[in-house]
Amino acid sequence: MRRGITATALVAALALAATACGSDDKSDGGSKSSGELSGTVTWWDTSTAGSEDKVFKKIAEGFEKLHPKVDVKYVNVPFGDAQNKFKNAAQAGSGAPDVIRSEVAWTPEFADLGYLAPLDGTPALQKESDFLKQAAASTKYNGKTYAVPQVIDSMGIFYNKKMFKAAGVEVPTTIDELKTVSKKIKAKTGKTGFYLRGDDAYWFLSFLYGEGGDMVNAADKTVTIDDAAGVKAMKVVKDLVDSGAAKTDATDGWDNMQASFKNGDVAMMINGPWAVADTYTGKEFQDKANLGVAPVPSGSAAQGAPQGGHNLAVYAGSKNLDASYAFVDYMTSVKTQAQVTKELNLLPTRTSAYAEEPVVNNEIVGFFKPVVESAVERPWIPETGSLFAPLVTEYTKVLTGQTTPEKAVKTTGDSYRKLLKGWK
Amino acid sequence: MAVHTSQSVVKAAGDDVARGRSRGTGNPPPPGRIRRALSTHWYAWTMVAPVVVVIGVIIGYPLVRGIYLSLTDANERNVARSIGVNHLPATYKFVGLDNYTDALTGNQFLGTLGWTLVWTVSCVSITFGLGMALANILNRKIAGRSAYRMALILPWAVPGFVSVFAWRFLYNNDRGLLNKVLAGGGIDGINWLGDPTIAKISVIVVNVWLGVPFMMVALLGGLQSIPSEQYEAAEMDGATAWQRFRHVTLPGLRPVSTTVILLSTIWTFNMFPVIFLLTRGGPGEATQILVTQAYKFSFEVSPRDFAQSSTWGVLILVLLLIFATIYRRVLRTQGDDW
Repeated sequence: MRRGITATALVAALALAATACGSDDKSDGGSKSSGELSGTVTWWDTSTAGSEDKVFKKIAEGFEKLHPKVDVKYVNVPFGDAQNKFKNAAQAGSGAPDVIRSEVAWTPEFADLGYLAPLDGTPALQKESDFLKQAAASTKYNGKTYAVPQVIDSMGIFYNKKMFKAAGVEVPTTIDELKTVSKKIKAKTGKTGFYLRGDDAYWFLSFLYGEGGDMVNAADKTVTIDDAAGVKAMKVVKDLVDSGAAKTDATDGWDNMQASFKNGDVAMMINGPWAVADTYTGKEFQDKANLGVAPVPSGSAAQGAPQGGHNLAVYAGSKNLDASYAFVDYMTSVKTQAQVTKELNLLPTRTSAYAEEPVVNNEIVGFFKPVVESAVERPWIPETGSLFAPLVTEYTKVLTGQTTPEKAVKTTGDSYRKLLKGWK
Repeated sequence: MAVHTSQSVVKAAGDDVARGRSRGTGNPPPPGRIRRALSTHWYAWTMVAPVVVVIGVIIGYPLVRGIYLSLTDANERNVARSIGVNHLPATYKFVGLDNYTDALTGNQFLGTLGWTLVWTVSCVSITFGLGMALANILNRKIAGRSAYRMALILPWAVPGFVSVFAWRFLYNNDRGLLNKVLAGGGIDGINWLGDPTIAKISVIVVNVWLGVPFMMVALLGGLQSIPSEQYEAAEMDGATAWQRFRHVTLPGLRPVSTTVILLSTIWTFNMFPVIFLLTRGGPGEATQILVTQAYKFSFEVSPRDFAQSSTWGVLILVLLLIFATIYRRVLRTQGDDW
């Protein structure tokens, strides 16, 4: 009999617990009947700390002026860690932000893993036709839209005009010219000509495209990194370092690259609009006119730079979807984009923003706009965000002489085939 | 309720219940032996139960789960997850020992294991040697002894990641202090963390620097516990300083040194922060040890490969268990009681 009592009590307790779990009322913000937004929106921003982040924090907190009951929590997460940090938090279901600034290649991956909320028909996505086609491409996955384009970018050569003048050289347009220019700069000023970032495979792409190669070909499902072009591109970067035309690092690449360029220890680097604000803080660029940008040098086959950028995506597990949608809309509006361009020289993703006054007269935008239009798009498949990890290991190994270009691309290709089931 | 838990505890702890001598019957166990044991020692089991439960939750569950995952093909794409409106069921399947055969036949595990062994042996032997030397120096009466002791314990007092980051700044290629000093002496800077071989030496140096204080303090304690009569007697017999060290100090230190070497080996084998924060296992994979590589599988590659990571984790555990067992056995044959 006593056992019966216990069992009954147990069942009752379980039933109670189940109903408690089930009645999931949105107590944590959301929209009230009056239509006023409230609650907290946490935003993980991945912009360059120390320069871009101040501006984005200010703009993000401006959202609170429009919606006094919403509290925006701005968090700057280092770009290099953000992808894994978000995946860890999103999967655990705790500690993930409401809104994440998702790099274009991460967006399909996050969407495929089920971490992102679909945005079609929500207030987050306004005037969809206004977005540049290239920018919108990465936000689509399986016929739905999972993010809103925030900025778009590509890469170019940043050079120090004063150093070029001192050495009496012109901007190089090919890899061979890059080497001769470097030599002259070394002879005249004693400084290294070019900084090649060696710990991030994104910086390898323009050399790969320059030899007519690519990582994968999504159209006919083949892995192309280990073609002859891939080998050649690896040889090109290795030769730049070995011949002394370029210097590189296996660790802390971003910090070392920016520091060397800002102090005038190197005359050139390949970089994108996201580095402009930080570069202007350097002692060589107190006079902003000293910074020149030019298209990346072409290789033996072509001239190409990767198309990149960032989207804003909403976490599917957010407790405050309504306010998050509104926040994403606010951050990607024409007005916000024009302000971002004015302060940071980043490229808007809305066509109409390019007609705004601060954007029209911006030199950096003027230079990068055509570059972006001709930039190489990566395939927006879930695996795109996974292609860099195997490549960067081998890329660094080549630069530090631990493996040959042939072996490096072979190893990379093999791990791509493991990743992309059934690709050739 | 209490009866239930204690019963399971008995099973978990093996049912060799030690009985009190006064109640020992010596007969073959009658039926209901467990019940008898419980009635005799119920208080002991009740006292032990919370500990067993806590250990089971904190260590047992993750261990079993890790072993289970290493027998599947679980990764980020196929584990169950429910995020807000999206509910995705688990689709990973059981693959038996495939992960283990892959690990043990592939180059990556064995290559990483090779470097991990080199790293462990060199770190432990160098720290032990330096610790021993310093302990012997500080065991004498020298002026300012306590100041030296304090200074030498400092690396241990600073949080590990702080010291590692400080070293990372020192090692920086263009702006690090070490290369600036070399440049001042007219020598070309060394690529401390960029060249595979030098990077290996660099991480060992940092780990030795971090590990010496522990060795020194432990051995100093051991030295002070050696009775001075032994030294006096040795001196009376005309033993030289080296002979005194060889035949009095070393045997006297044995209990301490065997323990610190075992501990230090296990710690160094799994020394995650130094490698991770200094080089991230780079350049390439040159300084990747087993633990950091297992972390990389689970948190850095995408899709995150939980199965392979667990496999490496289990293999690390097995290796350390084998090492500890052999080590203890060797000591026991040498007449050391543990």
